[in-house]
Amino acid sequence: MSTDAAGLGRGRAVGFVLPALVLIGVFLVFPALWTIYLGLTDYRLTGLEAAEPRVVGLDNYTAALGDERFRGSLWLTAQYVLGSAVIGQAGLGFSIAWVLRDRRGPVKRVTEGLVLLAWILPSSVVAFLWIALLDRDEGTLNALLHTPGLAWLLDHPMPSIIVFNVWRGTAFSMMLYGAALANVPPSHLETARLAGASTFQQLRDVVVPRIKGHVLTNLLLISLWTFNDFSAFQITAGGPEGRSEILPIYIYNVALSGGRLGFGAAISFLVLIINLVVAFVYLRLLRTRREDARREVAAP
Amino acid sequence: MIVLGGLTKEFPGGVRALDGLDLEIADGEFFALLGPSGCGKTTLLRTIAGLETPTSGNIGIGGVDVTSVPPGRRDVAMVFQDYALFPHMDVTANIAYPLRIKKVPRARREAKAAETASLLSLSDLLARRPGQLSGGQQQRVALARAVACHPKVFLFDEPLSNLDARLRLEARTFLKRLQRELAVTTVFVTHDQGEALALADRIAVMSAGRFMQVGTPSEIFRRPANTFTASFIGSTPMNLLPGVAGDGALRVAGAVLPLPAGVSDGPIVYGLRPEYTDLSLSPRDDAFTGKVAVVENLGTAHLVTLESGDHLIQAVVPEGEEPAPGTAAWAVPRPGRALVYRDDRLVSPLPADGAR
Ligand SMILES: Nc1ncnc2c1ncn2[C@@H]1O[C@H](COP(=O)(O)OP(=O)(O)O)[C@@H](O)[C@H]1O
Ligand SMILES: [Mg+2]
Repeated sequence: MSTDAAGLGRGRAVGFVLPALVLIGVFLVFPALWTIYLGLTDYRLTGLEAAEPRVVGLDNYTAALGDERFRGSLWLTAQYVLGSAVIGQAGLGFSIAWVLRDRRGPVKRVTEGLVLLAWILPSSVVAFLWIALLDRDEGTLNALLHTPGLAWLLDHPMPSIIVFNVWRGTAFSMMLYGAALANVPPSHLETARLAGASTFQQLRDVVVPRIKGHVLTNLLLISLWTFNDFSAFQITAGGPEGRSEILPIYIYNVALSGGRLGFGAAISFLVLIINLVVAFVYLRLLRTRREDARREVAAP
Repeated sequence: MIVLGGLTKEFPGGVRALDGLDLEIADGEFFALLGPSGCGKTTLLRTIAGLETPTSGNIGIGGVDVTSVPPGRRDVAMVFQDYALFPHMDVTANIAYPLRIKKVPRARREAKAAETASLLSLSDLLARRPGQLSGGQQQRVALARAVACHPKVFLFDEPLSNLDARLRLEARTFLKRLQRELAVTTVFVTHDQGEALALADRIAVMSAGRFMQVGTPSEIFRRPANTFTASFIGSTPMNLLPGVAGDGALRVAGAVLPLPAGVSDGPIVYGLRPEYTDLSLSPRDDAFTGKVAVVENLGTAHLVTLESGDHLIQAVVPEGEEPAPGTAAWAVPRPGRALVYRDDRLVSPLPADGAR
């Protein structure tokens, strides 16, 4: 097989790719490297260090790892990702897709429409709606539940932002699983049903083996998105007392509100590393799956 | 025994796929559902399986009304047209799957799978995945899965249609032998009349959600009850010609033919299989006159199409006796083989004269 399918020649091929590479370099690689550098300094937003940052080596990292607030935030982030992405969005999205899989007509269209609406609305609008819903004095939820004066955002900040993110992001998983389920042949499910398989057994024996790749891709994407998601800031701003301060909000609070840019950059770099590790694990799983599939086809 | 009473299935959107079907299938019978595609065969099979809920009517299996029993508790096994083998399980696991759901211990169900596999000559393939099997092997694995769980009823939806022609003949013989050995009541869907005639103890010919005729293969072949069945059954399309009975004779497409017993005067439709039509190259009175328009090679015989006025008449002639296109020829009905229909009902031959 020729490696030069378009017949451009090396020179012109480089010419075409170069502008894109330059853009990526300027706007992605350079800031990333700059962040790594900043993370090694005591750069601040204001004061003496703003003018003359000093290189402090790994001080920022040791400080972060020793910091109660950072470790608390990491734990909250884990809850947030697990609760709102893996269990919430993927679980709920799959359930909706499963229930609607062979529905036609208005029920399906309305449900899909509502779920999609939550996805396409700008997050600031959604955040405002949720504040209105959860408000202590005039909130809709309190009116519905007859629990006047219950301060959801103060008493239950983590559940509030988890539910908020589930509501906001379920559409993607629902659509992805909807498409995946369309690939499961009805006759396979029916064979299982005729054998007497329960819904759980049908899912275990027929559906999951068939859509494993979709599940992994879905979990990879929504975990990373949720891990880096900042929109919860618009609801609780990490409060009260840092009880919903997930990592992106923690970085914002430390680096911009607190002015410790160097420290913030160090934490950003840690977040980047965590992202890479998560992505690497998922991609490994995905690759072993593909190799399994290929070996199956290739075998005699 | 399977009993259907007034079974009707209407799909949302108004398609009446099954239209008031009544039927009894005996224990151990090999029963074929035959009809053109879209006539409701699959829907009937799926309704018996419990995968579709009938709009009205009821279904009994083994003396129990199962109309509202879920598919998993009807004790039926279905082989789908696409075989529906689970790609991530090997042959053993596929065959043993229904037993696994029924909580048969692992050692027992694997022994059962191996035993069934040897019955279907699959013993060498037990460790393979479906992706590594040929179409014929996949079909036998699907059969094995149905056989292994010892159901009361087998339901087969065109199980042979994905095989190539030669394999299909082998599989057909095999299937018949298997069913005889197991003696399990079997409902078999096909759109291939040859397959139905060859395999079934009885056939139901379907059209537009109704049974046009239910009977043994020889009844259906010799005495098709209506022109639909007449034209559907047979390896070559039956000649169906309009005519009139009167003055002690049948007048059909210019020929004057002897009047069969029991046909009263009036308009009729005259049916004659090409296999029962002989070709003469010299003029005869009791024959259709025409000119040879097309000659088709069937291998051991030729199908000759005569142009006779406005009508086309086909005849099968033995190898080596085929006329050249354009020559004049006379199509002679064999005595006693003609079918006479009035108002789309068979009026001759009468049931007594040699239906079997
Ligand atoms: N799920 C369905 N929804 C609506 N119409 C259907 C459905 N399944 C089958 N039909 C219609 O019912 C009729 C019978 O279909 P089917 O039983 O599949 O025919 P066959 O198996 O004889 O080819 C067809 O007109 C088909 O379009
Ligand atoms: Mg069909």
